[in-house]
Amino acid sequence: MAERVEIVRKILDSNDRLAINNQKRLDNHQIFGVNMMASPGAGKTSFILETIKRLPADVKLGVIEGDTAPVTIDSDKIIQAGMPAVQINTGGDCHLDAVMVEMALDQLPLEALDLVIIENVGNLICPAAFKLGTHANVLIASIPEGDDKPYKYTNIYRNLDVLIINKTDLLPYIDFRLGYFKAGVEALNPGLITFPVSCKTGEGIEAWINWLNTKLGERKA
Amino acid sequence: MHELKVTEDILRIANEEGEACQAKRVTDIYLTIGKLSSVVDDSVQFYWDYISQGTICEGAILHFNRPPALLRCRQCGEIITLKDELAPCSECHSFDLEVISGDEMQVDQIEIEKD
Repeated sequence: MAERVEIVRKILDSNDRLAINNQKRLDNHQIFGVNMMASPGAGKTSFILETIKRLPADVKLGVIEGDTAPVTIDSDKIIQAGMPAVQINTGGDCHLDAVMVEMALDQLPLEALDLVIIENVGNLICPAAFKLGTHANVLIASIPEGDDKPYKYTNIYRNLDVLIINKTDLLPYIDFRLGYFKAGVEALNPGLITFPVSCKTGEGIEAWINWLNTKLGERKA
Repeated sequence: MHELKVTEDILRIANEEGEACQAKRVTDIYLTIGKLSSVVDDSVQFYWDYISQGTICEGAILHFNRPPALLRCRQCGEIITLKDELAPCSECHSFDLEVISGDEMQVDQIEIEKD
């Protein structure tokens, strides 16, 4: 005989619970965690390297690098720049999830860190659905991607704390309507903190560092 | 997007709940997946047919409820149904909107056979 059973259980709930654990772990060490998302090639790693160069000397950063392929190209660059880094190879998965981050945190010297940046897999859809346990969602958009991205990838723009617009040095060469782009962002996330930057010239990065410093100060207060 | 992970989680939940009720077979699974969750029904169904094999959920029919997203205007309190992703509040034309539903993903009910 057939019988209907009421359940009401959230799908991917286990990820959310693990994300909360990850955040507690960061909080216990007074670490500020950043989930850095972008499409492939937007300049995530370059931006992290520029951040490392400009961080105050007493700020210790750890980086978790997510990639779908079994390579250590990104983490090698971070280690070369003098900061600890862990590479996660998702084995084809299009995003990082809280389990992967939990395992990566095990490999970082958390007691010595103030800031953890997680470089998510290059993708504008899936990373938005998986909480990692970080304190801020940051998206790096870049000029060559085109000005229509907020209109096409609404979900990720809705859930951001900070937007970086990278490769502004290319603005003279590319038909990127900054006003059109910003109008889309404003419709989805009014008042979103936005930093136009160029990793090539270094322009604008100081403003991001100032924001980061304020956040780090709040953690230690 | 990541329909395999979503489908695996649906199977895990349905198997657990079915076994807890001593079900011999789970015949139907009722899901609510909000329109803002970028999950494609057909893709879930495709994975489902494959990964449910050999479990008490094998052959179960997936029923998808896809409610639209609701937004609340922070300025005037109006609640609007999301049709155009970038449209302002229909009352006061503010863009200061917050998503109040539409990104939910849950297993609501299962139908089981005991013998």
